[in-house]
Amino acid sequence: MQQMTQLSSLAASKPLSVGSEIKVNNVSKSYGADNFAKEVVHNCSFTIDRGKLTVMIGPSGCGKSTLIRLVAGFERPTSGTITIDDKPVTGPGVDRLVVFQETALFPWMTTYDNIMYGPRARNEDTAEMRGFAETLLQKVGLSAFRKKYPSQLSGGMQRRAELARSMINKPNVMILDEPFRGLDAMTKKLMQEYYANLYNEFRRTTFFVTTDIDEAIYLADRILIMTNIPTRVRAVIDVNLPRPRQVENVVESDEANAIKMQALGLLHEEAMKSFARGSKAAADFIDAYSKRVGKQ
Amino acid sequence: MSETDLTKLPINTLLDRSDQMSSTAVAMHRLSLWLASPRPYLMMIGFGLFLGFWYLSVEVWKLPRFAEMPGLTTVVSEWLSKNPIYGLSIFVDEYYLHIWVSIRRIAIAFFLATAIGVPLGLFLGWSKRFKQFVFPVFELLRPIPPLAWVPLAIVMFHGSETPVIFLTFLASFYATALNTMLGVQSIDISYVRAASCLGAKRWQIFRHIIVPGALPFIFTGLQISVGVAWFSLVAGEMVSGQYGLGYVINTSYTMVRYPTIIIGMVTLGIVGYVTSAMVRVLGDYMMQWRTRELALGGER
Repeated sequence: MQQMTQLSSLAASKPLSVGSEIKVNNVSKSYGADNFAKEVVHNCSFTIDRGKLTVMIGPSGCGKSTLIRLVAGFERPTSGTITIDDKPVTGPGVDRLVVFQETALFPWMTTYDNIMYGPRARNEDTAEMRGFAETLLQKVGLSAFRKKYPSQLSGGMQRRAELARSMINKPNVMILDEPFRGLDAMTKKLMQEYYANLYNEFRRTTFFVTTDIDEAIYLADRILIMTNIPTRVRAVIDVNLPRPRQVENVVESDEANAIKMQALGLLHEEAMKSFARGSKAAADFIDAYSKRVGKQ
Repeated sequence: MSETDLTKLPINTLLDRSDQMSSTAVAMHRLSLWLASPRPYLMMIGFGLFLGFWYLSVEVWKLPRFAEMPGLTTVVSEWLSKNPIYGLSIFVDEYYLHIWVSIRRIAIAFFLATAIGVPLGLFLGWSKRFKQFVFPVFELLRPIPPLAWVPLAIVMFHGSETPVIFLTFLASFYATALNTMLGVQSIDISYVRAASCLGAKRWQIFRHIIVPGALPFIFTGLQISVGVAWFSLVAGEMVSGQYGLGYVINTSYTMVRYPTIIIGMVTLGIVGYVTSAMVRVLGDYMMQWRTRELALGGER
Protein backbone atom coordinates (compact mmCIF):
# COMPACT_ATOMS: atom_id res chain seq x y z
CA MET A 1 0.00 0.00 0.00
CA GLN A 2 2.91 2.31 0.70
CA GLN A 3 4.02 2.12 -2.89
CA MET A 4 0.53 3.00 -4.02
CA THR A 5 0.35 6.18 -1.98
CA GLN A 6 3.73 7.19 -3.38
CA LEU A 7 2.36 6.76 -6.86
CA SER A 8 -0.67 8.87 -6.10
CA SER A 9 1.36 11.72 -4.66
CA LEU A 10 3.42 11.66 -7.85
CA ALA A 11 0.26 11.80 -9.87
CA ALA A 12 -1.08 14.78 -7.98
CA SER A 13 1.98 16.87 -8.86
CA LYS A 14 1.64 16.18 -12.60
CA PRO A 15 -0.40 18.05 -15.20
CA LEU A 16 -3.63 16.18 -15.61
CA SER A 17 -4.50 16.52 -19.25
CA VAL A 18 -2.13 14.88 -21.69
CA GLY A 19 -2.96 13.39 -25.05
CA SER A 20 -5.45 14.07 -27.74
CA GLU A 21 -9.15 14.63 -28.02
CA ILE A 22 -11.17 12.13 -30.06
CA LYS A 23 -14.42 13.08 -31.73
CA VAL A 24 -16.70 10.52 -33.31
CA ASN A 25 -19.34 12.21 -35.48
CA ASN A 26 -22.38 10.37 -36.84
CA VAL A 27 -20.36 7.27 -37.57
CA SER A 28 -22.07 4.25 -39.13
CA LYS A 29 -20.45 0.99 -40.12
CA SER A 30 -21.94 -1.87 -42.11
CA TYR A 31 -20.42 -5.14 -43.19
CA GLY A 32 -21.38 -6.97 -46.36
CA ALA A 33 -22.68 -5.65 -49.65
CA ASP A 34 -25.95 -3.82 -50.45
CA ASN A 35 -28.96 -5.94 -49.55
CA PHE A 36 -26.97 -8.25 -47.34
CA ALA A 37 -25.33 -5.43 -45.41
CA LYS A 38 -25.46 -5.76 -41.64
CA GLU A 39 -25.25 -2.49 -39.80
CA VAL A 40 -23.12 -2.77 -36.68
CA VAL A 41 -22.73 0.89 -35.73
CA HIS A 42 -25.56 3.34 -36.37
CA ASN A 43 -25.18 7.12 -36.30
CA CYS A 44 -22.89 7.03 -33.33
CA SER A 45 -21.45 10.24 -31.89
CA PHE A 46 -19.36 10.87 -28.81
CA THR A 47 -16.30 12.73 -27.61
CA ILE A 48 -13.39 11.37 -25.64
CA ASP A 49 -11.90 14.20 -23.61
CA ARG A 50 -8.24 15.04 -23.46
CA GLY A 51 -6.43 13.20 -20.66
CA LYS A 52 -9.62 11.53 -19.43
CA LEU A 53 -10.43 7.88 -19.07
CA THR A 54 -13.60 7.13 -21.00
CA VAL A 55 -15.09 3.70 -20.55
CA MET A 56 -17.47 2.24 -23.10
CA ILE A 57 -19.84 -0.40 -21.80
CA GLY A 58 -22.48 -2.36 -23.61
CA PRO A 59 -23.82 -5.85 -24.07
CA SER A 60 -21.34 -8.27 -25.62
CA GLY A 61 -21.56 -8.47 -29.39
CA CYS A 62 -23.06 -5.00 -29.65
CA GLY A 63 -20.31 -3.54 -31.85
CA LYS A 64 -17.87 -2.14 -29.32
CA SER A 65 -14.89 -3.87 -30.90
CA THR A 66 -15.93 -2.48 -34.27
CA LEU A 67 -15.83 1.04 -32.85
CA ILE A 68 -12.37 0.28 -31.44
CA ARG A 69 -11.12 -0.83 -34.87
CA LEU A 70 -12.59 2.34 -36.41
CA VAL A 71 -10.94 4.66 -33.89
CA ALA A 72 -7.67 2.70 -34.17
CA GLY A 73 -7.85 3.18 -37.95
CA PHE A 74 -7.75 -0.51 -38.86
CA GLU A 75 -11.10 -0.04 -40.66
CA ARG A 76 -12.94 2.93 -42.24
CA PRO A 77 -16.48 3.95 -41.24
CA THR A 78 -19.22 3.53 -43.86
CA SER A 79 -20.32 7.08 -43.14
CA GLY A 80 -19.46 9.81 -40.65
CA THR A 81 -16.05 10.99 -39.46
CA ILE A 82 -13.62 10.29 -36.66
CA THR A 83 -11.14 13.02 -35.78
CA ILE A 84 -8.22 13.13 -33.39
CA ASP A 85 -7.31 16.70 -32.44
CA ASP A 86 -9.50 17.74 -35.41
CA LYS A 87 -7.45 15.65 -37.87
CA PRO A 88 -9.45 12.89 -39.56
CA VAL A 89 -8.37 9.30 -38.94
CA THR A 90 -7.25 7.68 -42.20
CA GLY A 91 -5.34 4.67 -40.90
CA PRO A 92 -3.45 3.28 -37.93
CA GLY A 93 -0.97 5.67 -36.38
CA VAL A 94 1.68 5.71 -33.71
CA ASP A 95 -0.31 8.35 -31.79
CA ARG A 96 -2.88 5.65 -30.92
CA LEU A 97 -1.95 2.46 -29.14
CA VAL A 98 -4.27 -0.48 -28.99
CA VAL A 99 -4.16 -3.14 -26.30
CA PHE A 100 -6.04 -6.09 -27.70
CA GLN A 101 -8.57 -8.46 -26.14
CA GLU A 102 -6.28 -11.44 -26.56
CA THR A 103 -2.63 -11.02 -25.81
CA ALA A 104 -0.62 -9.73 -28.76
CA LEU A 105 2.80 -10.02 -27.11
CA PHE A 106 5.22 -11.39 -29.68
CA PRO A 107 5.81 -15.00 -28.54
CA TRP A 108 9.34 -15.03 -30.03
CA MET A 109 10.56 -12.10 -27.95
CA THR A 110 11.35 -11.99 -24.24
CA THR A 111 9.35 -9.71 -21.94
CA TYR A 112 12.08 -7.07 -22.10
CA ASP A 113 12.38 -7.24 -25.90
CA ASN A 114 8.61 -6.97 -26.21
CA ILE A 115 8.55 -3.85 -24.06
CA MET A 116 11.46 -2.31 -25.96
CA TYR A 117 9.99 -3.19 -29.36
CA GLY A 118 8.31 0.18 -29.93
CA PRO A 119 11.39 2.30 -29.15
CA ARG A 120 13.64 -0.03 -31.17
CA ALA A 121 11.32 0.00 -34.19
CA ARG A 122 11.52 3.78 -34.15
CA ASN A 123 15.31 3.79 -33.64
CA GLU A 124 14.98 5.18 -30.12
CA ASP A 125 16.94 2.54 -28.22
CA THR A 126 18.46 5.19 -25.95
CA ALA A 127 19.70 5.00 -22.36
CA GLU A 128 16.69 7.07 -21.37
CA MET A 129 14.28 4.59 -22.95
CA ARG A 130 16.07 1.63 -21.37
CA GLY A 131 15.74 3.38 -18.02
CA PHE A 132 12.04 3.91 -18.64
CA ALA A 133 11.70 0.23 -19.55
CA GLU A 134 13.27 -0.67 -16.18
CA THR A 135 10.86 1.64 -14.35
CA LEU A 136 7.89 0.11 -16.14
CA LEU A 137 9.12 -3.45 -15.55
CA GLN A 138 9.26 -2.64 -11.85
CA LYS A 139 5.88 -0.92 -11.82
CA VAL A 140 4.17 -3.91 -13.38
CA GLY A 141 6.14 -6.31 -11.15
CA LEU A 142 7.96 -8.14 -13.96
CA SER A 143 11.61 -7.25 -13.27
CA ALA A 144 12.42 -10.88 -12.46
CA PHE A 145 10.73 -12.04 -15.66
CA ARG A 146 12.49 -9.83 -18.17
CA LYS A 147 14.17 -12.76 -19.92
CA LYS A 148 11.11 -14.99 -19.99
CA TYR A 149 9.07 -15.58 -23.11
CA PRO A 150 5.33 -14.73 -23.03
CA SER A 151 4.39 -18.42 -22.88
CA GLN A 152 6.27 -18.66 -19.60
CA LEU A 153 4.16 -15.89 -18.02
CA SER A 154 0.73 -16.25 -16.44
CA GLY A 155 -2.29 -14.58 -18.04
CA GLY A 156 -2.17 -11.61 -15.67
CA MET A 157 1.55 -11.14 -16.20
CA GLN A 158 1.06 -11.17 -19.97
CA ARG A 159 -1.54 -8.41 -19.65
CA ARG A 160 0.83 -6.34 -17.49
CA ALA A 161 3.70 -6.85 -19.92
CA GLU A 162 1.41 -5.66 -22.68
CA LEU A 163 0.41 -2.56 -20.69
CA ALA A 164 4.10 -1.80 -20.17
CA ARG A 165 4.80 -2.30 -23.88
CA SER A 166 2.14 0.29 -24.67
CA MET A 167 3.02 2.78 -21.93
CA ILE A 168 6.67 3.06 -22.95
CA ASN A 169 5.63 4.77 -26.19
CA LYS A 170 3.76 7.53 -24.34
CA PRO A 171 0.95 7.46 -26.87
CA ASN A 172 -1.46 10.37 -27.09
CA VAL A 173 -4.33 7.92 -26.99
CA MET A 174 -4.51 4.50 -25.37
CA ILE A 175 -7.23 2.19 -26.62
CA LEU A 176 -7.97 -0.89 -24.53
CA ASP A 177 -10.43 -3.49 -25.78
CA GLU A 178 -11.62 -5.56 -22.79
CA PRO A 179 -8.02 -5.95 -21.66
CA PHE A 180 -8.81 -7.98 -18.54
CA ARG A 181 -11.30 -10.36 -20.05
CA GLY A 182 -10.69 -14.01 -19.30
CA LEU A 183 -8.65 -13.39 -16.15
CA ASP A 184 -9.78 -14.94 -12.88
CA ALA A 185 -11.52 -12.65 -10.39
CA MET A 186 -8.48 -12.21 -8.13
CA THR A 187 -6.07 -11.43 -10.96
CA LYS A 188 -8.61 -9.14 -12.56
CA LYS A 189 -8.96 -7.05 -9.41
CA LEU A 190 -5.19 -6.77 -9.10
CA MET A 191 -4.90 -5.81 -12.74
CA GLN A 192 -7.49 -3.10 -12.29
CA GLU A 193 -5.46 -1.69 -9.39
CA TYR A 194 -2.25 -1.84 -11.43
CA TYR A 195 -3.93 -0.21 -14.35
CA ALA A 196 -5.54 2.54 -12.23
CA ASN A 197 -2.12 3.35 -10.76
CA LEU A 198 -0.48 3.46 -14.17
CA TYR A 199 -3.25 5.73 -15.39
CA ASN A 200 -2.93 8.03 -12.39
CA GLU A 201 0.74 8.41 -13.12
CA PHE A 202 0.82 8.70 -16.90
CA ARG A 203 -2.55 10.30 -17.61
CA ARG A 204 -3.28 9.96 -21.31
CA THR A 205 -6.49 10.09 -23.21
CA THR A 206 -7.83 6.59 -22.72
CA PHE A 207 -10.62 4.74 -24.46
CA PHE A 208 -11.42 1.63 -22.45
CA VAL A 209 -13.98 -0.97 -23.45
CA THR A 210 -15.49 -3.42 -21.00
CA THR A 211 -18.63 -5.40 -20.21
CA ASP A 212 -18.02 -5.21 -16.46
CA ILE A 213 -19.94 -2.40 -14.75
CA ASP A 214 -17.84 -2.49 -11.56
CA GLU A 215 -14.66 -2.17 -13.59
CA ALA A 216 -16.19 0.72 -15.51
CA ILE A 217 -17.13 2.66 -12.35
CA TYR A 218 -13.78 1.95 -10.67
CA LEU A 219 -11.75 3.24 -13.64
CA ALA A 220 -13.85 5.78 -15.51
CA ASP A 221 -14.04 9.54 -15.61
CA ARG A 222 -16.94 9.08 -17.97
CA ILE A 223 -19.02 6.06 -18.95
CA LEU A 224 -20.60 5.66 -22.38
CA ILE A 225 -23.49 3.22 -22.28
CA MET A 226 -24.08 1.68 -25.68
CA THR A 227 -27.28 0.33 -27.20
CA ASN A 228 -27.53 -3.15 -28.60
CA ILE A 229 -26.53 -3.81 -32.21
CA PRO A 230 -26.52 -1.60 -34.35
CA THR A 231 -24.86 0.34 -31.60
CA ARG A 232 -24.88 4.02 -30.69
CA VAL A 233 -24.51 5.90 -27.42
CA ARG A 234 -27.52 5.39 -25.17
CA ALA A 235 -26.37 7.50 -22.24
CA VAL A 236 -23.32 9.31 -20.91
CA ILE A 237 -22.63 9.16 -17.17
CA ASP A 238 -19.87 11.23 -15.57
CA VAL A 239 -18.12 9.56 -12.67
CA ASN A 240 -16.79 12.20 -10.30
CA LEU A 241 -15.35 9.92 -7.64
CA PRO A 242 -12.03 11.29 -6.38
CA ARG A 243 -8.77 9.65 -7.50
CA PRO A 244 -6.88 7.62 -6.49
CA ARG A 245 -9.75 5.24 -5.88
CA GLN A 246 -9.70 2.11 -3.78
CA VAL A 247 -11.75 -0.82 -5.04
CA GLU A 248 -13.34 -1.26 -1.61
CA ASN A 249 -14.30 2.40 -1.25
CA VAL A 250 -15.78 2.50 -4.71
CA VAL A 251 -17.95 -0.51 -4.03
CA GLU A 252 -19.26 1.01 -0.79
CA SER A 253 -19.80 4.58 -1.93
CA ASP A 254 -23.40 5.74 -2.42
CA GLU A 255 -22.53 7.67 -5.54
CA ALA A 256 -20.97 4.59 -7.15
CA ASN A 257 -24.03 2.55 -6.27
CA ALA A 258 -26.35 5.16 -7.75
CA ILE A 259 -24.33 5.11 -10.98
CA LYS A 260 -24.37 1.34 -11.01
CA MET A 261 -28.14 1.13 -10.62
CA GLN A 262 -28.64 3.74 -13.33
CA ALA A 263 -26.25 1.96 -15.71
CA LEU A 264 -27.70 -1.47 -15.06
CA GLY A 265 -31.20 -0.12 -15.62
CA LEU A 266 -30.21 1.26 -19.02
CA LEU A 267 -28.33 -1.89 -20.02
CA HIS A 268 -31.28 -3.98 -18.97
CA GLU A 269 -33.62 -1.95 -21.16
CA GLU A 270 -31.26 -2.40 -24.11
CA ALA A 271 -31.19 -6.10 -23.57
CA MET A 272 -34.99 -6.26 -23.34
CA LYS A 273 -35.29 -4.54 -26.72
CA SER A 274 -33.12 -7.02 -28.52
CA PHE A 275 -34.71 -9.82 -26.56
CA ALA A 276 -37.98 -8.83 -28.16
CA ARG A 277 -36.18 -9.29 -31.49
CA GLY A 278 -35.25 -12.79 -30.46
CA SER A 279 -31.51 -12.58 -29.97
CA LYS A 280 -29.92 -15.46 -28.08
CA ALA A 281 -27.09 -13.23 -26.85
CA ALA A 282 -29.63 -10.83 -25.41
CA ALA A 283 -31.39 -13.60 -23.51
CA ASP A 284 -28.12 -14.64 -21.88
CA PHE A 285 -27.38 -11.03 -21.15
CA ILE A 286 -30.72 -10.41 -19.43
CA ASP A 287 -30.25 -13.52 -17.41
CA ALA A 288 -26.80 -12.46 -16.22
CA TYR A 289 -27.71 -8.88 -15.46
CA SER A 290 -31.05 -9.61 -13.76
CA LYS A 291 -29.18 -11.79 -11.29
CA ARG A 292 -26.70 -9.02 -10.58
CA VAL A 293 -29.39 -6.38 -10.08
CA GLY A 294 -31.23 -8.74 -7.79
CA LYS A 295 -28.16 -9.06 -5.58
CA GLN A 296 -27.95 -5.35 -4.81
CA MET B 1 -2.21 -7.16 -0.91
CA SER B 2 0.78 -4.97 -1.66
CA GLU B 3 2.18 -4.77 -5.15
CA THR B 4 5.50 -6.49 -4.60
CA ASP B 5 3.75 -9.59 -3.34
CA LEU B 6 2.45 -10.29 -6.79
CA THR B 7 5.80 -11.49 -8.07
CA LYS B 8 5.94 -13.99 -5.22
CA LEU B 9 2.72 -15.71 -6.21
CA PRO B 10 2.95 -19.33 -7.41
CA ILE B 11 4.17 -18.05 -10.78
CA ASN B 12 7.68 -18.42 -9.39
CA THR B 13 7.38 -22.13 -9.98
CA LEU B 14 7.67 -21.31 -13.67
CA LEU B 15 11.28 -20.26 -13.18
CA ASP B 16 12.98 -23.42 -14.37
CA ARG B 17 16.46 -24.16 -13.18
CA SER B 18 17.85 -24.99 -16.61
CA ASP B 19 19.07 -21.39 -16.93
CA GLN B 20 21.65 -21.91 -14.23
CA MET B 21 22.86 -25.34 -15.36
CA SER B 22 25.64 -25.88 -17.88
CA SER B 23 24.67 -27.47 -21.17
CA THR B 24 26.54 -30.73 -20.43
CA ALA B 25 24.81 -30.96 -17.07
CA VAL B 26 21.47 -30.42 -18.80
CA ALA B 27 22.30 -33.14 -21.35
CA MET B 28 23.37 -35.60 -18.63
CA HIS B 29 20.25 -34.79 -16.63
CA ARG B 30 18.05 -35.45 -19.66
CA LEU B 31 19.89 -38.68 -20.46
CA SER B 32 19.37 -40.00 -16.93
CA LEU B 33 15.69 -39.02 -17.07
CA TRP B 34 15.38 -40.84 -20.39
CA LEU B 35 17.06 -43.98 -19.03
CA ALA B 36 14.81 -43.90 -15.98
CA SER B 37 11.67 -43.72 -18.14
CA PRO B 38 10.18 -46.79 -19.88
CA ARG B 39 10.79 -45.26 -23.33
CA PRO B 40 14.26 -46.68 -24.19
CA TYR B 41 13.19 -50.19 -23.15
CA LEU B 42 9.95 -50.05 -25.12
CA MET B 43 11.99 -48.88 -28.10
CA MET B 44 14.34 -51.87 -27.73
CA ILE B 45 11.40 -54.26 -27.51
CA GLY B 46 10.01 -52.71 -30.71
CA PHE B 47 13.28 -53.26 -32.57
CA GLY B 48 13.60 -56.72 -31.08
CA LEU B 49 10.17 -57.76 -32.34
CA PHE B 50 10.86 -56.41 -35.82
CA LEU B 51 14.27 -58.05 -36.19
CA GLY B 52 12.99 -61.23 -34.54
CA PHE B 53 10.19 -61.51 -37.07
CA TRP B 54 12.69 -61.03 -39.90
CA TYR B 55 15.02 -63.67 -38.49
CA LEU B 56 12.27 -66.23 -37.80
CA SER B 57 10.36 -65.80 -41.03
CA VAL B 58 13.41 -66.05 -43.30
CA GLU B 59 15.85 -68.32 -41.52
CA VAL B 60 13.77 -70.48 -39.14
CA TRP B 61 10.29 -70.84 -40.62
CA LYS B 62 11.56 -70.28 -44.19
CA LEU B 63 8.25 -68.79 -45.32
CA PRO B 64 7.84 -69.19 -49.14
CA ARG B 65 7.10 -65.44 -49.56
CA PHE B 66 10.57 -64.62 -48.20
CA ALA B 67 12.43 -67.38 -50.05
CA GLU B 68 14.66 -64.95 -51.98
CA MET B 69 15.03 -62.55 -49.06
CA PRO B 70 18.45 -62.43 -47.40
CA GLY B 71 18.28 -63.38 -43.73
CA LEU B 72 19.17 -61.19 -40.79
CA THR B 73 22.37 -63.07 -39.99
CA THR B 74 23.51 -63.04 -43.64
CA VAL B 75 23.02 -59.28 -43.89
CA VAL B 76 24.67 -58.52 -40.55
CA SER B 77 27.69 -60.73 -41.19
CA GLU B 78 28.08 -59.27 -44.69
CA TRP B 79 27.74 -55.73 -43.33
CA LEU B 80 30.34 -56.28 -40.61
CA SER B 81 32.68 -58.46 -42.67
CA LYS B 82 36.27 -57.44 -43.46
CA ASN B 83 36.03 -59.45 -46.68
CA PRO B 84 32.45 -59.02 -47.86
CA ILE B 85 31.27 -61.61 -50.38
CA TYR B 86 29.34 -59.04 -52.42
CA GLY B 87 31.86 -56.21 -52.06
CA LEU B 88 30.24 -53.78 -49.63
CA SER B 89 30.66 -53.57 -45.86
CA ILE B 90 31.66 -51.07 -43.20
CA PHE B 91 35.33 -51.97 -43.84
CA VAL B 92 35.21 -51.04 -47.53
CA ASP B 93 36.07 -47.46 -48.56
CA GLU B 94 33.57 -47.57 -51.40
CA TYR B 95 30.73 -47.90 -48.88
CA TYR B 96 31.59 -44.48 -47.44
CA LEU B 97 32.06 -43.04 -50.91
CA HIS B 98 28.44 -43.99 -51.72
CA ILE B 99 27.21 -42.44 -48.46
CA TRP B 100 29.26 -39.31 -49.03
CA VAL B 101 28.03 -38.85 -52.62
CA SER B 102 24.39 -39.18 -51.51
CA ILE B 103 24.82 -36.79 -48.58
CA ARG B 104 26.57 -34.27 -50.79
CA ARG B 105 23.70 -34.35 -53.31
CA ILE B 106 21.15 -33.99 -50.50
CA ALA B 107 23.10 -31.10 -48.98
CA ILE B 108 23.32 -29.17 -52.25
CA ALA B 109 19.68 -29.79 -53.19
CA PHE B 110 18.40 -29.06 -49.68
CA PHE B 111 20.45 -25.87 -49.45
CA LEU B 112 19.17 -24.63 -52.85
CA ALA B 113 15.57 -25.60 -52.02
CA THR B 114 15.74 -23.73 -48.71
CA ALA B 115 17.52 -20.70 -50.14
CA ILE B 116 14.91 -20.33 -52.89
CA GLY B 117 11.85 -21.91 -51.23
CA VAL B 118 11.82 -19.93 -47.96
CA PRO B 119 12.00 -16.45 -49.53
CA LEU B 120 9.50 -17.45 -52.22
CA GLY B 121 7.09 -18.80 -49.58
CA LEU B 122 7.51 -15.68 -47.43
CA PHE B 123 6.65 -13.41 -50.34
CA LEU B 124 3.77 -15.64 -51.44
CA GLY B 125 2.26 -15.31 -47.97
CA TRP B 126 3.11 -11.65 -47.55
CA SER B 127 2.01 -10.13 -50.84
CA LYS B 128 -1.44 -10.91 -52.26
CA ARG B 129 -0.47 -9.51 -55.67
CA PHE B 130 2.66 -11.67 -55.89
CA LYS B 131 0.66 -14.74 -54.89
CA GLN B 132 -2.01 -14.04 -57.49
CA PHE B 133 0.38 -14.39 -60.39
CA VAL B 134 2.89 -16.91 -59.05
CA PHE B 135 0.77 -19.34 -57.09
CA PRO B 136 -1.38 -20.75 -59.95
CA VAL B 137 1.77 -21.75 -61.86
CA PHE B 138 3.24 -23.17 -58.67
CA GLU B 139 0.11 -25.20 -57.98
CA LEU B 140 0.08 -26.57 -61.51
CA LEU B 141 3.72 -27.71 -61.38
CA ARG B 142 3.58 -29.06 -57.82
CA PRO B 143 1.51 -32.23 -58.47
CA ILE B 144 3.95 -33.38 -61.17
CA PRO B 145 5.97 -36.14 -59.46
CA PRO B 146 9.77 -35.67 -59.54
CA LEU B 147 10.06 -38.94 -61.49
CA ALA B 148 8.10 -37.37 -64.35
CA TRP B 149 10.88 -34.80 -64.59
CA VAL B 150 13.56 -37.44 -65.16
CA PRO B 151 13.68 -37.29 -68.98
CA LEU B 152 13.63 -33.47 -69.04
CA ALA B 153 16.25 -33.32 -66.30
CA ILE B 154 18.57 -35.58 -68.29
CA VAL B 155 17.99 -33.58 -71.47
CA MET B 156 18.41 -30.21 -69.75
CA PHE B 157 21.46 -30.93 -67.61
CA HIS B 158 24.64 -32.55 -68.77
CA GLY B 159 26.51 -35.20 -66.90
CA SER B 160 25.05 -37.48 -64.28
CA GLU B 161 25.35 -35.27 -61.21
CA THR B 162 23.17 -32.24 -61.98
CA PRO B 163 20.03 -34.13 -63.08
CA VAL B 164 19.97 -36.03 -59.78
CA ILE B 165 20.47 -32.86 -57.77
CA PHE B 166 17.74 -31.14 -59.78
CA LEU B 167 15.24 -33.94 -59.06
CA THR B 168 16.11 -33.90 -55.38
CA PHE B 169 15.79 -30.13 -55.29
CA LEU B 170 12.32 -30.15 -56.88
CA ALA B 171 10.58 -32.22 -54.23
CA SER B 172 12.25 -30.32 -51.37
CA PHE B 173 11.50 -26.97 -52.90
CA TYR B 174 7.72 -27.48 -53.09
CA ALA B 175 7.49 -28.68 -49.49
CA THR B 176 9.55 -25.77 -48.19
CA ALA B 177 7.85 -23.04 -50.20
CA LEU B 178 4.33 -24.26 -49.48
CA ASN B 179 4.86 -24.63 -45.74
CA THR B 180 6.55 -21.25 -45.51
CA MET B 181 3.59 -19.64 -47.26
CA LEU B 182 1.14 -21.38 -44.90
CA GLY B 183 3.32 -20.21 -42.00
CA VAL B 184 2.97 -16.58 -43.03
CA GLN B 185 -0.78 -16.99 -43.48
CA SER B 186 -1.09 -18.56 -40.03
CA ILE B 187 0.27 -15.47 -38.27
CA ASP B 188 -2.37 -13.78 -36.13
CA ILE B 189 -3.26 -10.37 -37.60
CA SER B 190 -3.05 -8.95 -34.05
CA TYR B 191 0.76 -9.27 -34.11
CA VAL B 192 0.95 -7.26 -37.32
CA ARG B 193 -1.47 -4.65 -35.97
CA ALA B 194 0.40 -4.47 -32.66
CA ALA B 195 3.70 -3.95 -34.46
CA SER B 196 2.29 -1.22 -36.67
CA CYS B 197 0.75 0.44 -33.60
CA LEU B 198 4.21 0.40 -32.01
CA GLY B 199 5.62 2.25 -35.01
CA ALA B 200 7.11 -0.55 -37.11
CA LYS B 201 7.42 0.10 -40.84
CA ARG B 202 6.34 -2.47 -43.43
CA TRP B 203 9.85 -3.84 -43.85
CA GLN B 204 10.34 -4.05 -40.06
CA ILE B 205 7.06 -5.95 -39.74
CA PHE B 206 8.34 -8.39 -42.35
CA ARG B 207 11.61 -8.95 -40.49
CA HIS B 208 10.37 -8.91 -36.90
CA ILE B 209 6.90 -10.44 -37.20
CA ILE B 210 6.48 -12.35 -40.45
CA VAL B 211 9.81 -14.22 -40.46
CA PRO B 212 9.86 -15.35 -36.80
CA GLY B 213 6.09 -15.94 -36.85
CA ALA B 214 6.41 -18.27 -39.83
CA LEU B 215 9.45 -20.09 -38.42
CA PRO B 216 7.55 -23.02 -36.81
CA PHE B 217 5.88 -23.79 -40.15
CA ILE B 218 9.14 -23.23 -42.04
CA PHE B 219 10.84 -25.87 -39.93
CA THR B 220 7.92 -28.26 -40.36
CA GLY B 221 8.44 -27.69 -44.09
CA LEU B 222 12.17 -28.34 -43.79
CA GLN B 223 11.52 -31.61 -41.96
CA ILE B 224 9.22 -32.74 -44.76
CA SER B 225 11.64 -31.32 -47.31
CA VAL B 226 14.62 -33.33 -46.08
CA GLY B 227 12.45 -36.46 -46.05
CA VAL B 228 11.20 -36.09 -49.61
CA ALA B 229 14.71 -35.10 -50.69
CA TRP B 230 15.93 -38.62 -49.83
CA PHE B 231 12.86 -40.01 -51.53
CA SER B 232 13.54 -38.37 -54.88
CA LEU B 233 17.32 -38.69 -54.51
CA VAL B 234 17.05 -42.46 -54.51
CA ALA B 235 14.65 -42.34 -57.45
CA GLY B 236 17.10 -40.10 -59.31
CA GLU B 237 20.11 -42.22 -58.44
CA MET B 238 18.36 -45.34 -59.67
CA VAL B 239 17.74 -43.77 -63.06
CA SER B 240 20.89 -41.83 -63.65
CA GLY B 241 24.13 -41.30 -61.86
CA GLN B 242 27.11 -43.16 -60.55
CA TYR B 243 27.66 -43.82 -56.86
CA GLY B 244 25.14 -43.04 -54.18
CA LEU B 245 22.95 -45.30 -52.04
CA GLY B 246 20.14 -45.45 -54.59
CA TYR B 247 22.68 -46.53 -57.18
CA VAL B 248 23.96 -49.23 -54.82
CA ILE B 249 20.45 -50.63 -54.34
CA ASN B 250 19.68 -50.61 -58.05
CA THR B 251 22.95 -52.14 -59.26
CA SER B 252 22.85 -54.74 -56.47
CA TYR B 253 19.46 -55.77 -57.74
CA THR B 254 20.61 -56.17 -61.35
CA MET B 255 23.73 -58.02 -60.21
CA VAL B 256 21.80 -60.25 -57.78
CA ARG B 257 23.66 -59.09 -54.65
CA TYR B 258 20.62 -59.22 -52.39
CA PRO B 259 22.29 -58.69 -49.00
CA THR B 260 23.85 -55.48 -50.36
CA ILE B 261 20.36 -54.20 -51.20
CA ILE B 262 19.42 -54.49 -47.54
CA ILE B 263 22.70 -52.85 -46.46
CA GLY B 264 21.87 -49.93 -48.78
CA MET B 265 18.33 -49.66 -47.42
CA VAL B 266 19.35 -49.77 -43.76
CA THR B 267 22.09 -47.20 -44.40
CA LEU B 268 19.49 -44.93 -46.06
CA GLY B 269 17.28 -45.27 -43.02
CA ILE B 270 20.07 -44.32 -40.63
CA VAL B 271 21.48 -41.44 -42.69
CA GLY B 272 17.97 -40.14 -43.39
CA TYR B 273 17.13 -40.19 -39.70
CA VAL B 274 20.33 -38.32 -38.82
CA THR B 275 19.67 -35.59 -41.39
CA SER B 276 16.13 -34.95 -40.17
CA ALA B 277 17.33 -35.00 -36.55
CA MET B 278 19.86 -32.32 -37.52
CA VAL B 279 17.09 -30.16 -39.00
CA ARG B 280 15.05 -30.64 -35.82
CA VAL B 281 17.94 -29.66 -33.54
CA LEU B 282 18.60 -26.55 -35.64
CA GLY B 283 14.89 -25.67 -35.42
CA ASP B 284 14.82 -26.10 -31.63
CA TYR B 285 17.90 -23.90 -31.37
CA MET B 286 16.42 -21.16 -33.53
CA MET B 287 13.01 -21.25 -31.83
CA GLN B 288 13.82 -21.44 -28.15
CA TRP B 289 10.67 -19.50 -27.37
CA ARG B 290 8.68 -22.26 -29.00
CA THR B 291 10.56 -25.10 -27.33
CA ARG B 292 9.64 -23.54 -24.00
CA GLU B 293 6.06 -23.01 -25.07
CA LEU B 294 5.78 -26.69 -26.01
CA ALA B 295 7.70 -27.80 -22.93
CA LEU B 296 5.15 -26.02 -20.74
CA GLY B 297 2.37 -27.76 -22.60
CA GLY B 298 3.68 -31.17 -21.55
CA GLU B 299 5.71 -33.93 -23.06
CA ARG B 300 6.60 -33.57 -26.71
